[in-house]
Amino acid sequence: MAAGGDLHRTLDAVWRIESARIIGALTRLVRDVGIAEELAQDALVVALEQWPVKGVPDNPGAWLTTTARNRALDLLRHRGMQAAKADALTWEIETQMQDGAPPPPDAGFDNPLGDDVLRLIFITCHPVLSVDAQVALTLKLVAGLSTPDIARAFLVPEATLAQRIVRAKRTLTEARVPFDLPDAAELGRRLDAVLKVIYLIFNEGYAATAGEDWMRPALCEEALRLGRVLAELAPAAAEVHGLVALMEIQASRLHARTDAHGNPVLLLEQNRSRWDRLLIRRGLAALERAAALGGFGPYALQAAIAACHARAARAEDTDWARIAALYDALSQVAPSPVVELNRAVAVGMAFGPQAGLDIADALRDEPALKHYALLPAVRGELLARLGRHAEASAAFRDAAALTRNARERALMEDRTRAEGSKT
Amino acid sequence: MRYMIIVKATTDSEAGAMPEEALLAAMAGYHEELARAGALLDANGLQPSSRGWRILYRGTQRSVIDGPFAETREMIAGYTLIQVASREEALEWSRRFPNPAGAGNDTEIEVRQVFELDDFEPSGSMDRFRALDAGTR
Repeated sequence: MAAGGDLHRTLDAVWRIESARIIGALTRLVRDVGIAEELAQDALVVALEQWPVKGVPDNPGAWLTTTARNRALDLLRHRGMQAAKADALTWEIETQMQDGAPPPPDAGFDNPLGDDVLRLIFITCHPVLSVDAQVALTLKLVAGLSTPDIARAFLVPEATLAQRIVRAKRTLTEARVPFDLPDAAELGRRLDAVLKVIYLIFNEGYAATAGEDWMRPALCEEALRLGRVLAELAPAAAEVHGLVALMEIQASRLHARTDAHGNPVLLLEQNRSRWDRLLIRRGLAALERAAALGGFGPYALQAAIAACHARAARAEDTDWARIAALYDALSQVAPSPVVELNRAVAVGMAFGPQAGLDIADALRDEPALKHYALLPAVRGELLARLGRHAEASAAFRDAAALTRNARERALMEDRTRAEGSKT
Repeated sequence: MRYMIIVKATTDSEAGAMPEEALLAAMAGYHEELARAGALLDANGLQPSSRGWRILYRGTQRSVIDGPFAETREMIAGYTLIQVASREEALEWSRRFPNPAGAGNDTEIEVRQVFELDDFEPSGSMDRFRALDAGTR
């Protein structure tokens, strides 16, 4: 074994790389994701016992896989099934999956197409589970994170999270959720659920503020990893690439969105030299893949908007007309008052403050935005640009009263005074 | 965190010879594994040094020296950039890297951690350096 790193850390690393595949393959054998995880954990325990004595195997991943597989076959034998029969069953499923093509040697367990992992993702994001449970189970079984790490990332007690995972696994068992890929009629809806879980994990990490446990921002990387994995497993799904593009481009700004004191910096005021060019390049490439696969869904459209900012070398170079058009498209496929408000901003930048204000004003009776500070803030900005200072000042005062963020409130109060003094 | 797996040049890579089919397949398989695990960020092979050059700094003078260069082992022939959560994970991935000189041949690869932006103190020069790239895409 190469230098450095104690056994536990090596094992952790191998687990992260292999666990989804192992648990996926075991689930196919034993048809229960909870039992599959236990079997995989058993293999880890065996490794912890044997590796210090016999040394770390040359191929630790293959060793874990084989050990876990043997445990599963033991279990099946215990259940009164002949191991040979279990093998035959595996072989049969494998053959079916590959459309009759002869399976490569040893395909009985390890599945090179990654379909096991894809099935596993569909199970951990299954609609019988609450969104909280989907998120926890996906991070645990697909991303290979430990329960304490997930608990720290989501700021909940470890016992609460452990309970959530136990209950989720029980729910899946009770609902007899099959280890199958969703059929064509269901695929879109089920994929949407998966994308939602991944983006939720990403946003949880993105919302983390300076000084918080490092596990929280690490969620962004986990979500990106899950997205990239999914893009490999389901390469024909345009929205998967759309989501990956969106996350890559948003992640490219992670280092620019706070100042030296940890205060948030608005997109247009960010130092663009701190944006990560490699992630932007990857995001634009993913967006091209999404575009090549057909129509833009909500994620690809949001990615396309993010890409407009990413392509502008300076804030003043931003193609606002294109952003306005993209928000227009977004409001068609995923209408929401918040999208409409963003469209008002883009239209205001592209076609002048009055055009933007017309859209923003139409939202004033929108119940969902009743307590949304950004609506009066946007109106204030547009009114100020129109020279309607008294109305702008009143709008900023409303915004200051609605925001819960101290820094934002101070900013809105400054604008209230500044606009008031111009009347 | 990001790590760069650096492949050293060999007499074959310097001759511009395409790798054997078996090696190409092993490399493709390895990089597919990386991609499927969500760990692959970037990977590229470099043309032989005969198509490159060096700039020599001597005092205040600088001169251009055309390739090829002789010290094969000190040159690089390609790299693979990965994103992982720990040093051990990078180690595990690098242990699986196919022998770039072909199975059974002596060579080495080198793995280095990439500096993250946060590793640097904010400085005007650093920002200007990064701004050079910002306008190009």
